[in-house]
Amino acid sequence: MIAARDLRKRFGAVEVLKGVSLAIGKGDVVAVIGPSGSGKSTFLRCLNHLEVIDAGQVEIEGETLATTDAAGVCRYAPDADLRRICRKMGMVFQQFNLFPHLTVLQNIIEAPITVKGLTRAAILPQAEELLRKVGLLDKRDSYPARLSGGQKQRVAIARALAMEPDIMLFDEPTSALDPELTGEVLRSMRQLAEERMTMLVVTHEMAFAREVSSRVVFMDDGEIVEERPAGEMFARPEHPRTRAFLEHML
Amino acid sequence: MNYLFEILGPLLEGTAVTLQVFLLTLLLAVPFGLALALLRVSHFRLASGVVSGYIWLMRGTPLMLQMLFIYFALPFVPVIGVRLPDFPAAIVAFVLNYAAYFAEIFRAGIQSIERGQYEAAKVLGLTYGQTMRRIVLPQVIKRILPPMSNETITLVKDTSLIYVLAMNDLLRAARGIVQRDFTTMPFVVAAAFYLIMTLVLTWGFNYLERRHAVYDP
Repeated sequence: MIAARDLRKRFGAVEVLKGVSLAIGKGDVVAVIGPSGSGKSTFLRCLNHLEVIDAGQVEIEGETLATTDAAGVCRYAPDADLRRICRKMGMVFQQFNLFPHLTVLQNIIEAPITVKGLTRAAILPQAEELLRKVGLLDKRDSYPARLSGGQKQRVAIARALAMEPDIMLFDEPTSALDPELTGEVLRSMRQLAEERMTMLVVTHEMAFAREVSSRVVFMDDGEIVEERPAGEMFARPEHPRTRAFLEHML
Repeated sequence: MNYLFEILGPLLEGTAVTLQVFLLTLLLAVPFGLALALLRVSHFRLASGVVSGYIWLMRGTPLMLQMLFIYFALPFVPVIGVRLPDFPAAIVAFVLNYAAYFAEIFRAGIQSIERGQYEAAKVLGLTYGQTMRRIVLPQVIKRILPPMSNETITLVKDTSLIYVLAMNDLLRAARGIVQRDFTTMPFVVAAAFYLIMTLVLTWGFNYLERRHAVYDP
């Protein structure tokens, strides 16, 4: 589903990604863990063109999003293709990024109507079903400002799912939440994993990484240090850096 | 009392001229200003630079000078030189000038929208145009209402500058009567008229602010 090869990215003098490669298959739930500043969020954002890579190759479902030729020149697909390929991936942000001027329901149906050209009547049943799934049908006419952080994040998940993506990217979805609110968001994500959604989750929630993900990737200093099935990673981390990080986190 | 009714006629005629200049300017300068702001924040360096220069020119010279230039000097400019009658000349000057100020208000509003809004729209597949139209500008309107209200009220009073083109706006009509009858009464009435217009605008903007407050926390 996702094939990233040798992604390189620098912000000014700082090399944030030093050649990151990762392959994700259909139905995989991959957790990316690592210390702050390790480049894990940047890596995620490079996959759907929120950040532009300096070098490397990104393929989404066999289609080339970006590629680098022998001379080292990195090229992206033409704009229309780029948008079409990126639409296969839904994304959930740390800061929710709901549209504050739209109600919960309007947040969810905005893209299906504007981007896919669906009528309101055509998308409404699905939107309500999604809201029921994340347990927020009763909030459909509320504005985001009236919701708790956990509720906002669940709306954000429903909003992304309304575009029927094949892959869901989560960028620290619970990091901005009070501890007692993370549970409800993780429940929605777990449910999604059980439905065999392909998921890539940058997270500090070790419990989620251990229990829900099929694979865990440990990143540090712009590189993937270790990548293993979740059970093994937590039971027997191989690399000393991974061990140090996990000891610190658990 | 009779005198009051007597001078009311010419003062109302002046008010009509004032209102025409005000409404036409507002109607044309807002979309023009929005277009300027969108060019100014766009990634087209050249367009952005040209707009910056334009705004500098329009804010850097007096509106009265611009009006006099368009009326008296424009006919002698080669190629683009046209002779405009007084009313169109005034409107052109006001629109060109006010669009520059509106553009800066719009720009401030557009740049105050968080990056996350653009990113959320982008990952949902919205184009830049759709993002502006559906996500950014609706939020901008709410944020710029207070400065827009300020600028619009200033515009009501700035319309009195058209006297330099010998047009009979409210203030000039009042002054005419003052000089004829040796009484300051028309000034008081004119002030009352300006205050009423400003009051209506204030109410209008308050209404818009309340309507846009529905999504406040």
